[in-house]
Amino acid sequence: MLKGMFKKNSPVVDAGIVQEYDGRKKKPEVPSGLWIKCSECNHSFYKKDIEAAMMVCPSCGNHFRMSSTDRLRLIADEGTFDEWDKKLSSVNPLEYPGYADKIKKLEEETGISEAIITGQAKIGGIDSVLGVMDSRFLMGSMGSVVGEKVTRAFERATEKKLPVILFTASGGARMQEGIFSLMQMAKTSAAIARHNEAGLLYITVLTDPTTGGVTASFAMLGDIIISEPGTLIGFAGPRVIEQTIRQKLPAGFQRAEFLLDHGFVDMIVERKDMKKTLSKLLSVHVSSSWTSQDELSIVERMKNTMTNAIENTINTVNTVMGGGNNG
Amino acid sequence: MADHKSGKNITELENRINDLERLSKEQKLDLSNELGTLKGKLEQLKKEAFNKLTAWDKVQLARNSERPTALDYIERIVEDFTELHGDRYFADDSAIVAGIGKIAGLPVTVIAQQKGRNTKEKIKRNFGSPNPEGYRKSLRLMKQSEKFNRPVLCLIDTQGAYCGIGAEERGEGEAIARNLMEMSMIKVPILSVVLAEGGSGGALALGVADSVWMLEHAVYSILSPEGFASILWKDSSRAKEASEMMKLTADDLKEFGIIDKVISEPLGGVQKNIDSVCEELRKEIPAEFVRLFKMNETQRTQNRYDKYRQMGRFKD
Repeated sequence: MLKGMFKKNSPVVDAGIVQEYDGRKKKPEVPSGLWIKCSECNHSFYKKDIEAAMMVCPSCGNHFRMSSTDRLRLIADEGTFDEWDKKLSSVNPLEYPGYADKIKKLEEETGISEAIITGQAKIGGIDSVLGVMDSRFLMGSMGSVVGEKVTRAFERATEKKLPVILFTASGGARMQEGIFSLMQMAKTSAAIARHNEAGLLYITVLTDPTTGGVTASFAMLGDIIISEPGTLIGFAGPRVIEQTIRQKLPAGFQRAEFLLDHGFVDMIVERKDMKKTLSKLLSVHVSSSWTSQDELSIVERMKNTMTNAIENTINTVNTVMGGGNNG
Repeated sequence: MADHKSGKNITELENRINDLERLSKEQKLDLSNELGTLKGKLEQLKKEAFNKLTAWDKVQLARNSERPTALDYIERIVEDFTELHGDRYFADDSAIVAGIGKIAGLPVTVIAQQKGRNTKEKIKRNFGSPNPEGYRKSLRLMKQSEKFNRPVLCLIDTQGAYCGIGAEERGEGEAIARNLMEMSMIKVPILSVVLAEGGSGGALALGVADSVWMLEHAVYSILSPEGFASILWKDSSRAKEASEMMKLTADDLKEFGIIDKVISEPLGGVQKNIDSVCEELRKEIPAEFVRLFKMNETQRTQNRYDKYRQMGRFKD
C-alpha cells in the first residue's frame, strides 16, 4: 500500500533503463529526494542510498548505469584527473535535421560536452590515461569527436609511454554523422595498434551497454578486458537480432557472464572492487623488469616481499583486534 | 608405500604411536623416551620405503587425491595473482588457470593445469584435461607476456588433453601443435614445472620451455601407463608393468636430459608439507628467470631450439 502511494505521487524512475535513442522521450533525470526502482528486482530505494552504494542495487547487486563524472570520481585518485580536449565539439557533417540542437540540449542537461571524457590521472598512484564514456549523451554513440578524443588519448599515451584504461558505454557508431562515424572505428583501432606496438598496456572496462561499432573496435582490443556484471555486450543489438532471425533470444544472451563463458572477457569485476583491481593490474605492468636484476638483488627482493607480507598480516591482525575492542 | 606390506607396517606403526601419545596424555604417564625411539623408527621405515619407490608407486603418488593442485602452488608462490580468462574465440577453459602476478616483486605470467581439489571443482575443471580453448588461452597470454617482456611460468598437471567430440571439432590437435610451434619462438623466458602428472601432448603443449623442472614424485610420459598398455598389449590392466618400462619418473627423465632439474619433496610426498616445497620454488624460480633474462633473446631462443633439436636416440 505504501508503495502504491509513492507511485501515485511521484514519477518512479527506472534507473536500469536510460532512454535516449530517438531523443523525443523525456530524459529520466531524477529530481532530488526521489526513489529509484531497480529494473531487475523491482525493489525501490531512496536515491541517496543508491548513490552511496555506487549506483548498485543494495538488494540484488544490479549495476545501474553511471555518469562519466561519477565514474571518474570512483576510479581516479582524488584531484589527479587532468582532462584533455575538453573543447572538442561536434559539427553536423550530414546536416542531419535537429542534430545540432540535440547536442546543445544534451550539453546543457548533462554538463558534459560529448559522450566521452578523456584525460590523464593517477590510479592507485600509477599514471594512466583514462577515458570514460557516458550513455546519457546520445547513448554514448561514437561520432567524430568521440573517435578523435580516443585517438588522441592513445597517441599521447604512446608518446608519454602510459597505459590506457577505457570505460566503454555505447550504442555504437553515431548514425547522425554517417560514414564519418564508421571511419572512427578504423581510426581508433589504428591508434591502438601503435600503442600496442610500443608495448604499452591497454585495459578496457565494458559497462552497460557496449554494442555496435564500439564493440567492433576499441572495446574488444584491450590486452585485458574487464566487464561489470550484467553488462550488455554485443555487436548487433538484441532487438535487431530478434527481428532478423525471428526468434526469441535465450536468457542471459550477450550479457557479461555469457561473454566470459565464450572466451571474450578476461574477468567480471563488481563496481566496488574496480579501482582495486585496476590498481593491481597496473602495478604488475609498472614493476621493475627482470633484465635489470642480478641474483643478489633477487634475494633482497624476496626478503622485502616477505617482510611486507609479514607486516600486512600484523596490520590486519591489529585492525581486526582494534576493531573488536572498539566495537 | 614401496610395496603393500611396508606401507601397511608404516600406517600401523603410526597409529600405534598416536595411541600411545594419547594414552600418555590421558594417564599422565611419561613415555617420552619410548615415544622418541618409536618415532625414530618410523622415520627410518618411511625413508627406506621412499627410497624404494617404484615407478608405479610414483604414478600413484602423482595421482594421489591429496596431492596439491596447481592453485595450491600459485597461492603460495605468486603475489597479487589475477586470473584472466578466455581464448577470444570460443570459450574459457577452466582446466587451465592463467593469469598475471608477481614473483619476488617482478611480473610473471602463470599458466597452469588445474585438476580440482574436490569433486565439484574436479568436474568444473574437467579433471585437468584441457580443451582446445585452454591451449589457445595459454598461447594468447604467452604472446601477451612477450609484449610486456615478462617471463612465463607453466605448471603442468594433466592426464592429457581432453578426448571428446567437441574437442576434436574445434581442433585439439591443431591447438597443441600451434602451441609447440609458437612456444619454440616465444621471446621471453619460459619455465615449466611438472607438478604431478605430465600426460602426453596435453602436457607438452605447456612444456616447450627454456627450463623444465619436475617434482621428485611427478611423472611425465608419452601416455598414461593404462593407455600405453592398452595400445601395446591391448590390456590396460597391465598398467603397472607398463609404468616400470616407460621411464616416466623425474630421475629417469633427468638422466635422459628431457628435464633439467628435480625439485625434492618432503618424506611421504609434497602433500605432507607443500610449504617447504613452495619455499624452495620461491627461491629457485626467480633465480632461474634472472639467469634466463641475462641471455639475449636470440641466444635464448637458439638454446631452446638446440635443446629440443638434440632430443632423440638413433643410429646414423
